[in-house]
Amino acid sequence: MTVLLVAVGGAAGAVLRHLAGLRTSSPFPWGILLVNVAASFLLGLLTAGALAGWLPVWGLTLGGAGFCGALSTYSTLAYDVMRLAESGERRPAVVNLVFTLVAGLAAAFAGAAVGRAL
Amino acid sequence: MSGAVACGGALGALARHGLGVLFPAAPPAFPWTTLVINTLGCLLIGALVGWLVASAPHRLAGPFLSTGALGGFTTFSAFAVDVEALVHLGRPGTAVAYLVATPALALSAVFAGTALIRRVRPAPPAPPAEDVPTERTR
Repeated sequence: MTVLLVAVGGAAGAVLRHLAGLRTSSPFPWGILLVNVAASFLLGLLTAGALAGWLPVWGLTLGGAGFCGALSTYSTLAYDVMRLAESGERRPAVVNLVFTLVAGLAAAFAGAAVGRAL
Repeated sequence: MSGAVACGGALGALARHGLGVLFPAAPPAFPWTTLVINTLGCLLIGALVGWLVASAPHRLAGPFLSTGALGGFTTFSAFAVDVEALVHLGRPGTAVAYLVATPALALSAVFAGTALIRRVRPAPPAPPAEDVPTERTR
């Protein structure tokens, strides 16, 4: 059962991230930045919800380990930073990394705060 | 295309979840498992993109392996939420160490993977102009 929940959530998260990546027309990876921040908020919310008891464990397995884990990515983030830096776009490379870290952490803190308050 | 991404994403997420079950390391402990997963995924994507460029395999290999499997395997959200959890559980020092170590190792790994594959499989030289297929010759 756990395997199915992780697989279904993971497949849905990866496809949504793929679509978000395709939507980006500029060389700056806005789509990946957006899904990483959104997944951080949602995972913060779901993890706090499971600890607070309003979310069943299977919900965290499906939505957290499966969906949020696959919706967000570190490999594409790191690859995009390297790609931008190697093509001489140093400033966008640094902006992408720093903005993802700052906004993603803020989103995780906000999601956890909301999840604990619910 | 989306089917390949979905299959890869499911496999990547299962591998990440499986490693988390085998080697549990959740806050307040230092999240070693997620750190290793993200570092390994970044090493592999550097090598993978280089291989895709050099070898030009099946057109679904990239979406399946890169966007799907490695994208599903690595995770930014678990990293961010674990930093929050470490702070919340009164481990600010561990939180800062994890917060600094993950991007540093992820970037080092993607550069290392790329450098490694460029040494083993150099990208083929661009074909001479007359060999480039045009709409007319194709």
